[in-house]
Amino acid sequence: MTEAIVSMKHVGKSYRRGKQSIEVLQDLNLDIAKGDFVALMGPSGSGKTTLLNLIGGLDTPSLGEITVAGQRLDQLRSGALARWRSTHVGFVFQFYNLMPMLTAQRNVELPLLLTNLSSAQRKAHALAALTLVGVADRAKHKPGELSGGQAQRVAIARALVADPTLLVCDEPTGDLDRKSADDVLHLLQVLNREHGKSIVMVTHDPKAAEFASHQLHMDKGSLLEAGRIAA
Amino acid sequence: MKYLPLVWATLWRKKTRTIFTLLSVIVAFLLFGVLETVDYAFSHADGGVTGADKLITTNKYSITLQLPFSDVQQIRSVPGVAEVTWITWFGAYYQESKNFIFALPIDTDTYFNLHKDEFIVSGAEMSAFRATRTGGLVNSALMKKFGWKVGDKIPLHSTIWTQKSGSLDWTFDIVGTFDAKDPTQAAQQASTLLFHYEFFDEGRNFGKGNVGWFEERVADPAQSVTIANRIDALFANSSDETKTQPAKEFAMAFVKQFGDIGFVLRAILGAVFFTLLFLTGNTMMQSVRERVPELAVLKTLGFGDGTVLGLVIAESLLLCMTAALAGLLLSFAALPILKLGLQGIQMSPRAILPGIGVAILLALIVGMPPALGAMRLNIVDALADKR
Amino acid sequence: MFKQLWAVSVMSLQTLPQRIGASSVIVIGIAGVVAVLISVLAMGVGFRHTLADSGRADRAIILRGGSDAELNSNLTRSDVDTIGNAPGIVKDSAGKAALSNELVTVVNVPKIDTGTDANLTLRGVGLTLAQVRPELAVVEGRMFRPAVRELIAGVGAAKQFRGLTPGSVLHFRNADWTVTGLFTSNGDVHESELLADVDTVGSSIARNGYSSAIALLTGPAAFADFKDALTTDPQLKVDVQREPDYYAAQSKNLTKAINVVGNTVAVIMAIGAMFGALNSMYSAVAARGLEIATLRAIGFSASPVLLSVMFEALLLSLLGGIIGASLAWLMFNGHSVSTLGGAFAQVVFKLTVTRTLIVTGIIWACIIGILGGLFPALRAARLSVAEALRAA
Repeated sequence: MTEAIVSMKHVGKSYRRGKQSIEVLQDLNLDIAKGDFVALMGPSGSGKTTLLNLIGGLDTPSLGEITVAGQRLDQLRSGALARWRSTHVGFVFQFYNLMPMLTAQRNVELPLLLTNLSSAQRKAHALAALTLVGVADRAKHKPGELSGGQAQRVAIARALVADPTLLVCDEPTGDLDRKSADDVLHLLQVLNREHGKSIVMVTHDPKAAEFASHQLHMDKGSLLEAGRIAA
Repeated sequence: MKYLPLVWATLWRKKTRTIFTLLSVIVAFLLFGVLETVDYAFSHADGGVTGADKLITTNKYSITLQLPFSDVQQIRSVPGVAEVTWITWFGAYYQESKNFIFALPIDTDTYFNLHKDEFIVSGAEMSAFRATRTGGLVNSALMKKFGWKVGDKIPLHSTIWTQKSGSLDWTFDIVGTFDAKDPTQAAQQASTLLFHYEFFDEGRNFGKGNVGWFEERVADPAQSVTIANRIDALFANSSDETKTQPAKEFAMAFVKQFGDIGFVLRAILGAVFFTLLFLTGNTMMQSVRERVPELAVLKTLGFGDGTVLGLVIAESLLLCMTAALAGLLLSFAALPILKLGLQGIQMSPRAILPGIGVAILLALIVGMPPALGAMRLNIVDALADKR
Repeated sequence: MFKQLWAVSVMSLQTLPQRIGASSVIVIGIAGVVAVLISVLAMGVGFRHTLADSGRADRAIILRGGSDAELNSNLTRSDVDTIGNAPGIVKDSAGKAALSNELVTVVNVPKIDTGTDANLTLRGVGLTLAQVRPELAVVEGRMFRPAVRELIAGVGAAKQFRGLTPGSVLHFRNADWTVTGLFTSNGDVHESELLADVDTVGSSIARNGYSSAIALLTGPAAFADFKDALTTDPQLKVDVQREPDYYAAQSKNLTKAINVVGNTVAVIMAIGAMFGALNSMYSAVAARGLEIATLRAIGFSASPVLLSVMFEALLLSLLGGIIGASLAWLMFNGHSVSTLGGAFAQVVFKLTVTRTLIVTGIIWACIIGILGGLFPALRAARLSVAEALRAA
């Protein structure tokens, strides 16, 4: 069987709100295989974003084990988690989260500042990533000068530039019109099928889910279909 | 450093705010540079006599009191004294009291012997001066100021010395001009007119045989203080006790009497920096607060907590240092104007170096609180805020 | 119009606590400028008061003609006798003129703060002292006796110099002088001096004449005749001045220097504070962008919005000015300082924060506030409503 890129065992996550403790995820068990493009769906408040944050190493579980790309995330402290993130995960957000005062190219270069690459090398990698996503011609423009679709592509380029094995996307098409949304989803599909990137995508959009290879549904902090999903 | 473009871009997020903050900091450091230079000048006053080998002997009780000319024999006999000359305060002005003239009655031989490295005079004019009892040797800047020419008869009014006729006006024949050899001394000599002590002593109605002070040159500067003490010992129990000091000390003691200028200047600068602290602190806090989501994104990309702290401190340093340097350079450009106002006092751009230290301190104090906040930012909460 | 202005202003002031950071920048910046301005100018005022308040309009000071100060002046005994015969001088029951022949010289005494010597004026005065200078009062110890080396010290000098207490002995010019008492003199320049018998001082410095003569006239109006009599006398070459005029001229240079320095520093600081104010008000306008746009959309016209921004800036600046003035007054009013006076001797004076200075400071504060609020106010008023609603 193909190795699991994400493996979660008995994972639980709760938050403190004042005196109360709110349980967002309960006893979650999940395996995602390498090369999967998973769409994670469910009503708001179901805990999808929390699950995504755990997979991406943005947060640590209250209970259980998480293994991503062979690393036990629940055992890492925040400094080590940060370093792990920079090489293993790429993030794509609903509102792009680009730095408004940097050009597209410099935005894409950001993750590379954490490496030892030279300035010329960083520039080359960034341009390569921008070419891959199809917006190389907008390299010198600031986010304010880009359309929604273009901005999201730049964000994807940034997520790819350090060559991570896993892409984590939180409602990537939520802020786009239909045409741009489809373009972005096509791009993600290409990255998955032709470049072997594993993708976990949270989405509300049923049409977006059709681009994925698998679908997961959540409600009230639990997966509705537990375990490994058959194709 | 590779993070520079990122930090620089962050500064310009809100152009107006950054510009005004920079301007305020520039102004503050301009003031810092100017006041520190003035303070340095006052605490390193050079006086009119340069050289570590020069001493000044005055009446012990006040420079306004005289000494007997006959003292010169004894001073000359002190071992280590290479030359002695005598000068008296004439207190002159030309036509109006605001046209102050530094007119000095001198003994030609000894005076020029002592100050031989300081003047440029043509041989012919020097001879003419020696030969003319009523002659005056005038600084060329002074000549230009009043449009005098060689051959003019110039009356000067002394605020102290009456002639036998009872008049306070003394007339001199201009026989030549001189320039300062060392350009840095030019300002100090710009009002100087030299004339003959004999003419002065014969003509004055009272105080004959007295002089204002003596200047000595010592053969070995290292012996200055010892020789100074020897000179004073000569007159220790007489009715005209002396006080001999190296020329630099004399100038500084004089300036010190103006009061604790350093305190006033430091107090002003303290007030300026206290207010600056608030201004830049506010700017940095606002700037970081606005960028919470962006800082969170940097952390998602893998920027560690320490790196994010460093980025904010770098932003603060960049802001404060660029503006501080600009302000200090501006104050450096203001030096010539200051030199006009504080004539004859030593100025130095070295007084500006502490400014850089202050700028760094400012940047750190102002940048640390928001930097710590950025460091402690929780990614998940900060990202959720954006929605 | 005013109702709108009032409503807008109240609204904006209510949101002030949210903008406490930016607002405090204005208050503190301006407080700093005003405090420094007032403190430095207070030095000039204090110095001028000490010198200019020295003297009475009915007292004349006579110097040798052409001398600009007592230290440079030289009067002979016969000069003084002639002066004593001029019309207008108060005469006592025995017919003796109220004329004090005085001899001014300088002595070195260590200062309390630095420990190093500084020049102090020693003034020899005539036996007519009490008559000519009635404002002089011995407050501790006793008056000096003539013909012996005794002196009294002004309370100002006693504060700044070492060893000026009744009973202590000073040593200068190879002789011992006993301090027999301390005196006050209406806070004028003489409180920075030592007084002794004029002939004793004269013999101690081997001088046979005097520096000046002080004459008490029958009244301020007697001055003109008195002066004429002396200046038209061919045997006499003297300058006659009313005392206040003489001292005012003495203080002119230093007062001018202090004012120049004080104003220059304050202008520079004010420019800096203005940038700070501009910054804060621009950010205030930006923060209230949505609120302002909503008001405009509802129907408030531009001017109440503009005026409310200026009003806020003015209010904050006023607060800053009051704080700065209070600080200067609390910390420095009455603080005693000494510096080099015209006679190359120390003059002791007090920093004086007058009402005029406080008003000046507050006016500066308001000007800075108005300038700092003007451009942001204009921007707030010109903001296109739709744009503002969208941007918020």
